Amino acid sequence: MGFDNFGTVSFTTEAKAVDFITYLEQGKFMTTRCRACGTLQFPPKMDCPHCLSSDVEWVEIKGTGQLATYTVVNYGPSGFESEAPYTLAVADFDGLRVFGRLSRDVSGADIKVGMALKVVSLKLPDGKVSYEFQPV
Amino acid sequence: MQDVAIIGVGQTAFSRKCGVSVRELCFDAFKEAMEGLDITTDDIDASITCSAPEYDKQRTPSGLISEYLELTPKPAFYVETVCSSSTTGLRVAWSMIKAGLHKVVAVIGFQKMSELTSREVAERMGRGADIIWESPFGITMPSGYGMYARAHMATYGTTEEQLARIRVKNSHYGSLNPKATYRKALSLEDVLASDPVAQPLKVFDCCANADGASCIIMASGDVAKSVSKIPVWIIGLGAATDTMTMSGRKTLTGLRCSQEAARQAYEMAGMGPQDIDVAEVHDCFTIAEMMAYEDLGFAKAGEGPRLIEEKQTYADGKMPINVDGGLLSKGHPIGATGGSQIRTIVRQLREEATEAQVKDAEVGLVHNIGGVGQYGNVTILRR
Repeated sequence: MGFDNFGTVSFTTEAKAVDFITYLEQGKFMTTRCRACGTLQFPPKMDCPHCLSSDVEWVEIKGTGQLATYTVVNYGPSGFESEAPYTLAVADFDGLRVFGRLSRDVSGADIKVGMALKVVSLKLPDGKVSYEFQPV
Repeated sequence: MQDVAIIGVGQTAFSRKCGVSVRELCFDAFKEAMEGLDITTDDIDASITCSAPEYDKQRTPSGLISEYLELTPKPAFYVETVCSSSTTGLRVAWSMIKAGLHKVVAVIGFQKMSELTSREVAERMGRGADIIWESPFGITMPSGYGMYARAHMATYGTTEEQLARIRVKNSHYGSLNPKATYRKALSLEDVLASDPVAQPLKVFDCCANADGASCIIMASGDVAKSVSKIPVWIIGLGAATDTMTMSGRKTLTGLRCSQEAARQAYEMAGMGPQDIDVAEVHDCFTIAEMMAYEDLGFAKAGEGPRLIEEKQTYADGKMPINVDGGLLSKGHPIGATGGSQIRTIVRQLREEATEAQVKDAEVGLVHNIGGVGQYGNVTILRR
């Protein structure tokens, strides 16, 4: 499956980075590192503008990150109406900044910038895949 | 090399639903910009049309507008950086005049957002983010700025009340601006009690979609002096970008594209923030104006809230900002916004801003941002 299997609403299908989806389906949250110069990227990039190499490897983002910021979205765009309110967040994992959603299990007052999080792959009710941040 | 001046500015009234066509909107803005100039339509050497194409029913609108304004067979083309499109158009026009390619250039910005529903607009705005990595989560413009607001609060202790005070100020000036969409002055209680959109941002922390057009007529120095009574000179230009993705942002408490564009513009003008008499900043959300205070150097990082608490950004304060009501009151017809900001500063420097004239304003600054801090343009003008 391609990027049409990712997230609530998908806007595109094809990308060389499609292995991200395959790994997500296997429960792994992965990103890319350039084999030539070692640059680590998020989101994954199959090309490295630093050294113009396209020889990249997949590495797993594991461990504990920190919540950098968040917003509770009360007004979702087309396709997201029934999901609101949902929480969008940015979290930092050992120098890598990741954007995604914060788990619905964390309610308003319990969300704190700086809180410890892990990133977890998800199967959505319609069979698509995604990922979210969960408190550690 | 020739200096470049703004010789004419115009805009339509901004409104939720204009009830006319895009070409007719553009005519009204063009007509106001041409008022009092000793030139005719035939003297316009080129036109640059600026809008965000995803909101336009009309494809390739530059040709259409060129026809309607009878600017054919002069060159016409389209420039886009979403919400900062028309100051990007200004930058391109400046380059063409400076290079000697053209003497007089019209920069026309427009958007007719009422052709789409509010949710359709939000969906298109969401696709203004990275459609592979971020749009599938339901990101929107308010949520992007909502995350900046939360980070500013967590880092500096900024409060929702301080953000709300920015809307209170801008709504006061909006009530005086006959071209603004919202003319009602709001109280602190009104703003704080409004419904949440992307927390901590509420309805009144956000600007509204609108219809409108703007026009800037620019000319080389020799022409400007002979055809206009009070040319306004472009003395500083800065432009920068930041990542599309939120995950790529190095800071979440300010916009790096603003900071970099400001640095360039101040350097070119040989000036600093202390030399600016009046400014228009891109207040698509209250937090955006707060960050602009700091990114433009009017306050140190984290000290923006003090400026608004002390009312320093009112017309009679030390650093008057958005005394036309800002995007928050005027509404935000995307491609027209930068031209409207330029118009306000030009009118201030010509002492024509009868609604809220800043005393002895000689140097003004315009800060216009595209997307959630993706594109930043800063322009410094002098009478």
